[in-house]
Amino acid sequence: MTAKRRGAQLVMLSFAVAIVMVAYANVGLGHDGQVPAGMLGYGLGLAGLMLAAYLVLAKFAPWADPLILPLVTLVNGLGLVMIYRIELDSDLASAGNQLFWTALGIVMFSVTLIVLRDHRALQRMTYTAGFIGLGLLILPLVPGLGREINGARIWVGVGGFSIQPGEFAKLALVVFFAGYLVAKRDVLALAGRRLLFIDLPRARDLGPVLITWVVSVGVLVLEKDLGTSLLLFGAFVAMLYIATQRTSWVLIGLLLFLGGAIVAGQLFSHVGARFDVYLNPSDPALYDREFGGSYQLMQGLFGMGSGGILGSGLGQGYPQLIPLSFSDFIFAATGEELGLTGLMALLMVYALIVERGLRTSTAARDPFSKLLAGGLSFTLAWQVFIIVGGVTNLIPLTGLVTPFMSQGGSALLANWIIIALLVRMSDAARRPPPQAIQDEGLTQVFQR
Amino acid sequence: MNNTVKRMAVACLLMFGLLMLNINYLQAVKADDLRADNRNQRSFFARYQYERGMITAGGQTLAKSVDAGGTFRFQRKYTDGPVYAPVLGFFAPESERGIESAANKYLDGTHPDLFVRRTVDLITNKPPRGADVDLTLVPKAQEAAYRDLKQSGKRGAVVALDPKTGAVLTMVSVPSFDPGTMAVPDKAKAARAYNKLDKDENEPLINRAIAKTYAPGSTFKVVTSAGYLMDDDSRDVNSTVNAPDALLLPGTNTYLRNYHGESCGGRASLLDALTISCNTAFAEMALDMGYDKLEQQAAKFGVGQTLAIPLSVARSDIGADEGKAALAKTAIGQQSNQMTPLQMAMVAAGVANDGKVMKPYLINKIVGPDNDEIDAARPEELDEAVSPEVASELRQMMISVVQNGTGTAAQIPNVTVAGKTGTAETAPGAPSHAWFISFAPAEDPKVAVAVFVESGSAGNDATGGAVAAPIARDVMQAVLDR
Repeated sequence: MTAKRRGAQLVMLSFAVAIVMVAYANVGLGHDGQVPAGMLGYGLGLAGLMLAAYLVLAKFAPWADPLILPLVTLVNGLGLVMIYRIELDSDLASAGNQLFWTALGIVMFSVTLIVLRDHRALQRMTYTAGFIGLGLLILPLVPGLGREINGARIWVGVGGFSIQPGEFAKLALVVFFAGYLVAKRDVLALAGRRLLFIDLPRARDLGPVLITWVVSVGVLVLEKDLGTSLLLFGAFVAMLYIATQRTSWVLIGLLLFLGGAIVAGQLFSHVGARFDVYLNPSDPALYDREFGGSYQLMQGLFGMGSGGILGSGLGQGYPQLIPLSFSDFIFAATGEELGLTGLMALLMVYALIVERGLRTSTAARDPFSKLLAGGLSFTLAWQVFIIVGGVTNLIPLTGLVTPFMSQGGSALLANWIIIALLVRMSDAARRPPPQAIQDEGLTQVFQR
Repeated sequence: MNNTVKRMAVACLLMFGLLMLNINYLQAVKADDLRADNRNQRSFFARYQYERGMITAGGQTLAKSVDAGGTFRFQRKYTDGPVYAPVLGFFAPESERGIESAANKYLDGTHPDLFVRRTVDLITNKPPRGADVDLTLVPKAQEAAYRDLKQSGKRGAVVALDPKTGAVLTMVSVPSFDPGTMAVPDKAKAARAYNKLDKDENEPLINRAIAKTYAPGSTFKVVTSAGYLMDDDSRDVNSTVNAPDALLLPGTNTYLRNYHGESCGGRASLLDALTISCNTAFAEMALDMGYDKLEQQAAKFGVGQTLAIPLSVARSDIGADEGKAALAKTAIGQQSNQMTPLQMAMVAAGVANDGKVMKPYLINKIVGPDNDEIDAARPEELDEAVSPEVASELRQMMISVVQNGTGTAAQIPNVTVAGKTGTAETAPGAPSHAWFISFAPAEDPKVAVAVFVESGSAGNDATGGAVAAPIARDVMQAVLDR
C-alpha cells in the first residue's frame, strides 16, 4: 500500500513557493537595489493559488503523486519571475498578464480534477477528441478568425483575447492517439508482413499514421508552425511505439519525417532558412539577413555565453537584447541570469516531472491510462527538447513555448490541464485496491 | 506496455542529457568566445553600469563619470579635453585609449589589487566603483604648453620631466582632439567622430610626444658631447676640436657645413662648439669616437628601449652603422637617427640629474573609492648615462647655450637655464623641425623639457632657438611657479 504523503507534498510546495519568492526579491535587488514593492502581495497571491491547488488535489485526488505539483509550481513560478524581470527592461513582456493566466491555469487544473473523477471517461470520447483536435488545428486558417503574428498563423482572435488553439489541439490529439491505439494496438502489432528485417504493417492500419503525417506537414505549410508539426508527429510515433512495442514504427516514422523535412526544406524558403541558420549560426551573412536570419539565435547564445557558469544574477543581465526573450527565448534569458547552474537545475526539474509522469504510466492499471500518461509525459519532454534544443542550437530552431515558462495563456492553460490529467491518473494508479472480504476473514482467524 | 514505457523513460533521460551536455558546452567551453564576440553588446552596456574612477592631476579632475540615470547610467566627462587628450585618451563605447586604456583595470575596478574591496562592496551591497588614477602632470605647465603651441597654430609636442624622479610633468601634443566626442554611448556617433579624426591629415589622434619619432637635429649634439667627454677622462669643456667651415665627408664628394654656412673659426672648444652649435666640430668628435661608442652613449640615455609609462613609447633609434659619412651626420642628428620628444626630454633630464636617467612615468598614485592609497609610483633609475663630472661639464655647456648662444629665448629672470636648440632638416627643400631641450634651475634642476615643433607648422625657416625655446621657457616657468 502506498502512502498518501500529503504532508510531504505541502512542505515541498512551500519550498517551491519560497524559492520563487527569493528569486523575485533577487530580481528587485539586482535591478534596482531594493526589494520589489509588490513582493508581499505577489508572494501571498502565489502562495494562495498553490494552497488552493493543494487543497483541491488533497480532496479530489488524495493518492496522487506528491512530487508533480511542487515541481510544476517551481517552474511556473520561475517563469513568472523571469517575465517580471524581462518586463523591467522590455515593454512587450507582461508579468501581470502571466500571473492572471497562471491563476486561470490553476482554476483549470482544479476544475479538471473536480469534474473528471474517472479519466477513463476520456477513452469513450476518442473520436470526438480527434475531431476537436483537428478542428482546433485548422481554426487559425479560417479567414477572419485567424491571425498571423511573428510570421506564424497560429492565433485565433476572440474579442480582446488571442488564443493559440494549437496548444489545446495537442492535448485533444494525444487523447485521440491514446484511445485509437488502445483499440488498434493488437492489429498494428501483429498483422502485416515482413520485408527484409522490418515488420511492415497493413496499409489500412497505416492509414492513421499517414493522415497524421499529412496533417502535420499541412500545418507546417499553411501556418508556418514547424514546432507544432514536429511535436505532434513525434508524440504520435512515440505513442505508437509504446502501444505496439515495435521498433519498426519508429523507423518508419523517422523515414517519413526525414522525407517530409527534406521536401519541405526544398520547397519552402523559411524551412530551408532555418536549416542554414542551424548549420552556420555565426556566419555574418546569415546574422544580418533580415528575414530568417540567425540574429535572434545568436543573441540568445551570446546571453547564455555571457551568463557562463554562475550567471549574471537575476536582474543583472540584458534579456532585452534577445528578441522574444519572454516567450520562445525565455530559456536563453534564464541562462544568462542564472547561468549553467540554473539551467541544469531547471532541466533537472523538467526531467523529474517527465519521469514522474512516465512512472505513473508504468503504475497505471489499464492500457488506456498507460498510453495517455506515457503520451502526455513524452509530449512534455519532447516539447522541452525541441524548444531548448532549438534555442541552444542543438537542433534547428522551431518556434515553441517552453512549458510553464514562456509568456502565453493558451500554453499555460493547456499544460496545467495536462498536469491535472497526470495527477488524476497517478491518483488512480496509487489508490490501494478495495480490500477483499476474504482477507478480513483470515485476519479474524488469526486473531482468535 | 511497461517495457516500452521504460525504454521511453530512458529515451527522455537521454534527450535531457543531450540538452545538458550542450548547455555545458555553450556556457562553460564556448562561453568566452560568445562573450567576446563583437556582436554581443553586453560588454558595451556593462561599461555604463558602474562608476568609473576619476583621472586627476595636481588636485584637478581631468575625467570623471557622471550619473545620467537610465540604461547608459554613468557617462564619461572630460574637463579641458584637448589639453589632456594625448595622455588621457578616451573612453569610447567599445574601446579606450591612452591612460583610460592603460589603467583600465583600476578605473573599472577589475584589477586584482581591488579584489578585496570589491568583495567587501559585494557583501555590503555598495554600488561598484573603480579606483581613481592620479597623474604626475602639472596642470599649469600642461596648459601653458598647450596654449603656446595651439595659439601659434603649430603642430608639435612638449614633454616636461622631473629630472630627479622621472615623473612626467607635462605631455602635450598639438593638434589635439576632444575626447568627449567619442565618450558618447552611441556607437555610430562615436565611430563617426573617431573616423573624422582618424582621417584628418593633421593627425590629431597621434600623441607626438611618444608615438612617433623625428630627426632630433642639433639637440642630439648633447648626446655626442656626452659620448666624447666620457670617452676620455682628460677631456673637459675647454678641450678643443677641429671645426672647419666645411668638412669633406669621408668617402664622398659632399661637404658638411654649418648652419647658414657660418664659420666656427677652424678650431673650437667644446663649450664654444655647443654654444654656437657648430656642426663640423661634432662631426669630428663622432668620427673620432666611432659608431659603437656613440650608439652605446645614446643607449645609456634610453635610446633603443621600448618604454611603457604606462602608455607605450615608440622606440628611438640612432640608425644603423652606415659608414663614416653617415656617422658624421648622425652626430648632429641629421642622419637616420629618430627620437621621440620624450627621449630628448630624458637626455636633458639625465644631464640635469647628475647623469642618472630616471624611468619616466605618468601615474602618481592609485586611490581607492574611500580615498585610500592602493598603489603609488616608485621612481626607478633607468641607467647612468654619464658620470657626475661629465654631467656637470655638459650642464656648463648648456648654460652657455642659453646665456650666449642659440638658446637665449629660453632665459628666465633670476633663474639659470640650461638648454640646447635643434633645427632638423627633414628632406631637401622641406622646412625643418624645430627643437629645444632644457632644464632649470641649472644648479638644482626641478624640471627638464623637450619642445618639438613639426616641420612647416611654424614657417619655413623656423629654428629651435626662435620657435621652440620660448615654449620651453613658459613651461619651465609654470613648473617652477607651481
